[in-house]
Amino acid sequence: MDALALARWQFAITTVYHFIFVPLTIGLAPLVAGMQTAWVVTKKERWLRLTKFFGKLLLINFALGVVTGIWQEFQFGMAWSEYSRFVGDVFGAPLAMEALAAFFVESVFLGLWIFGWDRVSKKVHLAAIWLFALATNLSAFFILAANSWMQHPVGTIYNEETGRAEMESIGAVLTNNTLWAAFPHTITAAFLTAGTFVCGIATWWMVRLVRSKKPENVEKARTVYRPAVLVGVWTMIIAGAGVIWSGDLQGKLMYEQQPGKMSSAEALCEGTEAAEFSILAVGPLYAGCEDVDHLISVPGVTSFLGTGHFSGPESYLPGVYDVQEQYTERYGDVTAAGEPVTYTPPLAITYWSFRLMIGLAVFSLALALTALWATRKGRVSDNVWLGRLGILAIPMPFLACSFGWIFTEVGRQPWVVAPNPTGIDQVRLLTERGVSTAVPPGVILTSMIVLTLVYAVLAVVWYRLMHRYTVEGVPDVVRDESPEAQDPDDADRPLSFAY
Amino acid sequence: MDLAILWFVIIAVLWTGYLVLEGFDFGVGMLLSILPRGGKEQRDKERRVLINTIGPVWDGNEVWLLTAGGATFAAFPEWYATMFSGFYLPLLIILLGLVARGVAFEYRGKISDARWARRCDLAIQAGSWIPAVMWGVAFGNLVRGLLLDGDHQYVGGFWALLNPFALLGGLTTLVLFLLHGSVFVALKTDGDLRERAGRLASALSLVALTVAGGWAVWAQVAYATAWTWVAVAVAALALVGVVVAARARREGWAFTLSAVAIASAVVLIFGSMYPEVIPALDGGESLTVAEAASTPYTLTVMTWVAVVLTPLVIAYQAWTYWVFRRRLSSKDIPAPAGLSWQKIKDAAF
Repeated sequence: MDALALARWQFAITTVYHFIFVPLTIGLAPLVAGMQTAWVVTKKERWLRLTKFFGKLLLINFALGVVTGIWQEFQFGMAWSEYSRFVGDVFGAPLAMEALAAFFVESVFLGLWIFGWDRVSKKVHLAAIWLFALATNLSAFFILAANSWMQHPVGTIYNEETGRAEMESIGAVLTNNTLWAAFPHTITAAFLTAGTFVCGIATWWMVRLVRSKKPENVEKARTVYRPAVLVGVWTMIIAGAGVIWSGDLQGKLMYEQQPGKMSSAEALCEGTEAAEFSILAVGPLYAGCEDVDHLISVPGVTSFLGTGHFSGPESYLPGVYDVQEQYTERYGDVTAAGEPVTYTPPLAITYWSFRLMIGLAVFSLALALTALWATRKGRVSDNVWLGRLGILAIPMPFLACSFGWIFTEVGRQPWVVAPNPTGIDQVRLLTERGVSTAVPPGVILTSMIVLTLVYAVLAVVWYRLMHRYTVEGVPDVVRDESPEAQDPDDADRPLSFAY
Repeated sequence: MDLAILWFVIIAVLWTGYLVLEGFDFGVGMLLSILPRGGKEQRDKERRVLINTIGPVWDGNEVWLLTAGGATFAAFPEWYATMFSGFYLPLLIILLGLVARGVAFEYRGKISDARWARRCDLAIQAGSWIPAVMWGVAFGNLVRGLLLDGDHQYVGGFWALLNPFALLGGLTTLVLFLLHGSVFVALKTDGDLRERAGRLASALSLVALTVAGGWAVWAQVAYATAWTWVAVAVAALALVGVVVAARARREGWAFTLSAVAIASAVVLIFGSMYPEVIPALDGGESLTVAEAASTPYTLTVMTWVAVVLTPLVIAYQAWTYWVFRRRLSSKDIPAPAGLSWQKIKDAAF
């Protein structure tokens, strides 16, 4: 493999890996903050126990998000230096803002939250987790501002002399309509992930306790886990609606801004009105859209996703061939080898990742509805299948998030910066032009192998800790309410928490 | 004032923040096997004391690095691109160290098991020793200059980075961070551990004065300009001050002065590079501040962001240091609260 292929694989592996931890942190942090708020307001101990339980899982998860995040920022310069030279004037700003506005708040106030249970007042401590939760979401905003600019560069001019993109308006970059669809989509997907996580775990625990038939266990299921089930259910329902709404918004923008991505999501060869949504296709997708048989399709749905019309002339969607023709005429790029560029992403990946992103939501839907039914009117459930569904559903939104990003990023190919159809044509960059020229392939191969191995080991540790701390269940909370315990300056008292 | 120059200064400030703050984190990590004494249990407790002196703050300290990286990307894309691709392997090694160390801090206490704790301690130490040396090697090379081609691409390869000047730079940061860490431990702990850290700091201060002083004079004579003699002098005076303060066990002063010494080293490094961000070796084409800089528009935007947010960041970060100001000793350390190794093993898939 050449440096380009290696750098692309490395980016894919490390980014997909990093984004296992990110959506759970973004969604779970506000939920834990909500649970702690419920405790502070109602003084009911169950909310404190749930805060500690899900808070611990949040911390185990966040640690890996942090350490894998450093590489994310570094690898643009390390492996994609020519990309960095071309875009740095625009792309660097949101990254620097993310660090200054979000990362500092996240790390400082999370430290305060972890170690501050008895060091600061209850209100300050509660504010710490809220600031952390807000900052994780703010960080998503800035990194999505950067990514949305790659999907749809706005507020940018091209400098003929230096051959680089230059920022003309930070306002335009931060109000990019692509960003304002991608941000709610990512955030609601993160809440769906966290909602499924909380509901899945709490449902499994509820069923397990009720099945033991011991009165104190059934009581615990009713008073502690049932509320958590409902927190998860309502998070899933609200976030799920948000995912659909924002996803629809994105579909319409994609049709305008990256028509090739839309047609490649469907493996649609020729432009057509009333484009069908293919549910199952067979055939050699890797070879193009030519010999693909769409076995099951729903009429008009893809047209609706892109245009808002099921049929008629307004529902026209261009096919892969139309986009190839248009782009060749307008941009006419050639590869390093002198060949004309193929403006079609790998269809097997775009087609299936798009379907998996959407389809995997079925599990969250099923869990939300059954758990809501099983807990109606104060009930708890001992249905073992409900517990199993809870566990089964947990990984599904994680996978859906991954497939969503794989679709977004692979669907943009062959561009790393896709041209804006209504913008300046020169503000575009082929992925193959972005890779570092000063780094030999062997070096990238080395880092790819080392990072993959290290990440694999960390994944095992992460999984075991998450699993085991889940099986431990909510902790018993004994609060020392004596006046000595409340004095933060008492030097003789051992720390209530230490690493 | 020229915004590009202002941003060159801001980048230097960010690196100062990073090296001063994570400098003592590295030092504490390196001392993990050196300072603790006593039986098995007591040693583990003292290690936990050390880890907990930085437990609430290490992550916030590391964000200074991310900010320095992000700000370099935004304000000097060419510098970011050339430096990060040129230093590919050293940065990878540093990064792996930071990963190992960060995970070990956070996961060490999650499992209560002697073997697990030893593994995490190893990761913390490797993740402290290696970056502590590598940062000095990297900055040494920036001072000395790199082999650049006409497109400002680094063409020297990995082994050329390990030249004597840069290696002495690595030894300098290592010794400075060890000293900074032991001074910090003396400031943040109590009892016997504090006394041992104080003694070690006192001994290390002389080593640091010799090594760092030697490197600074070499850098000054070979690569820097006249005014950076001020930085060399301040660094030397600060280190003499640390020698005196450490001997007198004036821990607050010793810490402040070792921070000043690190900051002066950064001033020397950036001062010697200016007006270039990467000086070229062998008559190659240097990359200058002006060439590497973003457009005035981008720099203006970033200046507003930095002016508003940086004081805020410093304020709340300083406040958390105040919240966690209490000295720790082994009697403050509660019993391990993690799960047993058996339970973790039982949870396999």
